[in-house]
Amino acid sequence: MATTLRVNRREFLKVSALAGGGMLIATYWDPWNRLLAAESAAEFAPNAFIKITPDGAVTIIAQNPEIGQGVKTMLPMIVAEELDADWRAVRIEQGDLDTEKFANQYAGGSTATPNHWEPMRRAGAVGRAMLIAAAAKTWNVPQSECRTEAGTVIHRPSGRRLSYGELASRAATLPVPDPASVPLKDPKDFKIVGKPLPGVDVRAIVTGAPLFGIDVSLPGMKYAVFEKCPVFGGKVRAANLDEIRSQPGVLHAFVVEGGSDLSGLLGGVAIVGETWWAAHQARQRLRVSWDEGPTAAQSSDWFTQKAAELFRQPPHRTLRRDGDVDAALRSAHKVVEAEYSYPFLAHAPLEPMNCTAWFRDGELEIWAPTQTPERGRTLVSRTLEIPPEKITIHITRSGGGFGRRLNNDYMVEAAWIARQVAGTPIKLVWSREDDIRHDFYRPAGFHRLTGGVDRNGKLIAWRDHFVTFGEGERFANSANISENEFPAAFIPNFALEVSLIPLGVPTGALRAPRSNGLAFVFQSFIDELALAAGRDPVEFRMDLLASAGEGAAMNAERMRGVLELVAEKSGWGRRSLPKGTGIGVAFHFSHRGYFAEVVQASVSAAGEVKVEHVWVAGDIGSQIINPSNAENQVQGAVLDGLAEALGQEITIDRGRVVQSNFHDFPLLRMVQAPPEVEVYFRRTDYPPTGLGEPALPPVVPALCNAIFAATGKRIRSLPLSRQDLTWTAE
Amino acid sequence: MKISFTVNTKRVTVDVPPDMPLLWVLRDVLDLKGTKFGCGAAQCGACTVHVNGAPTRSCVLPASSVEGAEVLTVEGLSPDGSHPVQRAWQELDVPQCGYCQAGQIMAAVALLARNPNPSDADIDAAMNGNLCRCGTYLRIRRAIHRAAELMAAGAQPQGNGRSQRSPNGGEALRR
Repeated sequence: MATTLRVNRREFLKVSALAGGGMLIATYWDPWNRLLAAESAAEFAPNAFIKITPDGAVTIIAQNPEIGQGVKTMLPMIVAEELDADWRAVRIEQGDLDTEKFANQYAGGSTATPNHWEPMRRAGAVGRAMLIAAAAKTWNVPQSECRTEAGTVIHRPSGRRLSYGELASRAATLPVPDPASVPLKDPKDFKIVGKPLPGVDVRAIVTGAPLFGIDVSLPGMKYAVFEKCPVFGGKVRAANLDEIRSQPGVLHAFVVEGGSDLSGLLGGVAIVGETWWAAHQARQRLRVSWDEGPTAAQSSDWFTQKAAELFRQPPHRTLRRDGDVDAALRSAHKVVEAEYSYPFLAHAPLEPMNCTAWFRDGELEIWAPTQTPERGRTLVSRTLEIPPEKITIHITRSGGGFGRRLNNDYMVEAAWIARQVAGTPIKLVWSREDDIRHDFYRPAGFHRLTGGVDRNGKLIAWRDHFVTFGEGERFANSANISENEFPAAFIPNFALEVSLIPLGVPTGALRAPRSNGLAFVFQSFIDELALAAGRDPVEFRMDLLASAGEGAAMNAERMRGVLELVAEKSGWGRRSLPKGTGIGVAFHFSHRGYFAEVVQASVSAAGEVKVEHVWVAGDIGSQIINPSNAENQVQGAVLDGLAEALGQEITIDRGRVVQSNFHDFPLLRMVQAPPEVEVYFRRTDYPPTGLGEPALPPVVPALCNAIFAATGKRIRSLPLSRQDLTWTAE
Repeated sequence: MKISFTVNTKRVTVDVPPDMPLLWVLRDVLDLKGTKFGCGAAQCGACTVHVNGAPTRSCVLPASSVEGAEVLTVEGLSPDGSHPVQRAWQELDVPQCGYCQAGQIMAAVALLARNPNPSDADIDAAMNGNLCRCGTYLRIRRAIHRAAELMAAGAQPQGNGRSQRSPNGGEALRR
């Protein structure tokens, strides 16, 4: 298939000469006037992505927020590749939020690669083409006699060389080639893309340099804590502010009324101190009378009861109906019914929510570890009624994101507090307890499934009654399901029905949103059906994938490819395992990525699960941009999924979250990490896509299927720590 | 309360509440931001420093208890990332978000000081209090083995360019 995407008008590139000489390549918008004003004539001209200085150093701007997904290394690698820069000499700078210079400046949905692969290549290629043109002009030779290599243009016949620094001024005076027409490299000539390169911040990380939002330090900065109602959306009635103000080191204490938008500014009490510790200590003495509001009536137990009730009633809505499920089930050789559920989950990135804000002269400057700086600015602008052009947002490295920092509640809190104490920079830092109790949770979900297989072991009927959260036609954030979600379009008689429970708890995207729950349910139930059909789980899935109908959401051939690969690599069907040890398989398509995974796990007679080995096969297209980070991301996603399955659960009691820190919301520990997570990529002729998320979903059902193989116990509810997995030897 | 101690071989005196944890003294008073706040409850290890050579969770250690002590933070290992453990971390490109890694490195340095050639089980036992939310544990294990090799070969802190691993061929990324 064609691998070229059309470059749209916004990505059109412009190049102009600057007063002091130099080269400017502006992409996306028309920022050149702005840039011209911003840059001093002495510096060789930067552009949206590239700055070339006379000493030959190339600076590349990383536009997207780095949250641990490797984008600050990956995007510049693409630019540097087509520019043919010397990667060791490239300096990387994090771009501030700038909606005029940059497009899609966010971290989420594994979108950085599909959004930016082509534009970043063209940004680099235009630069390279102009540097070649400048050299050809200098030497008075045809451009076709020139080539580039690691930051230098070389005249092939004579061997003459000019560095990019030497050429920058002249290049800037040349006409700009049409970016759609500049030659891109043949991927087989890539020298940077496709090489395992360490992250550009790795040195700073291992030396403890200040990199993260929480490390921001400004002259005269003070520290804030913010106490919100434990019940979501509750408001302050009264608080002992005078007592708090008299605590040592406390500078200010005040009530923030807040609004009703759960992803915006909520009511609470702010305390500003000389140090974070002083503010935090004063907070221990804070006594607030809360108006808790209606969510205080909601609890996890109530949700579970409600789901059981709804399962006994006709669904609120049918999202999809193919064929005749009831008739097919009547004619089926075997029918399997099962109820599955999964809990709310927190994100718990290791760097607690924080933000530094400085309000002076009607303008607001913000330093934030955020995945969505533009949305953050919009929220702050709307809430504080400050026009967006008076808000500057510096994007800091984030100590993990996982979807938590798609919401900017902590940013608007810091901004509000900073305006209240105008003139003083304020760093708001949440405690871990704040983080666990004021998240946007992965919504819980409940599924009642019925499936039927015919005498030939073929899956002929499937019904899912999905009880999830929302009201009317509207799903709670990340509680929805696509009517095309697999196995839709692969089974002739298919029904997807939903019923909704109203929810006062804020929900949001957690790494591989929707998929992280749905894959567990569907790939586990498919295992149940394979068993009922008396078929091997891989073979049963291969057959299912061979029956793609109209409107299938994924390319079944690509999924068959990774399933085949993971079966081969894991020695599927060729392993003989002792009792108590099992092997399980699952696949899932999400965020444009195809992943199939096999888990080998043992369960002791006492019920203790040990993950022994994981094999992963993925297809994210033609190019693995940075194989070092790709492996790291996939292994991390696998471990993340294992953590969720093994012990994570958020429970709601009277509208508040029960868990509070890592003792009751356990992250994976090293001893739980499998010794091996083997990662394989199947290269296919499709444009490269993202890797932050799609490797996560399959590992959860693959583990549960392995546990079934080991013990005969089918896992229909998570986390595993809640299940009795003990067994006795016959 | 005035408290005097040594941080990274430098003598310091701070005037802080006696119950202020060492973590916040380091970060907000001494402006050493390498040591991280993760949980405030000795649950995650992001705040790990050495106090008189022992790996210690600084988020729950009152400042009053470090009077006269020698404290080592990640900034004290080397100014340029040339400590063998830091080198191994760079070579293997361990971090994802990187937030926990200073604590991981300090725990690893302490482990290697008392056990220069640890097994995987030794590593798991010593590192189990250090959480990595991104799941870099497999690389941490390998990096500790690599650091042990570097130390055995007598590697000293020294300047070391941004190291690049040699590309590994084929589509399998397993090493």
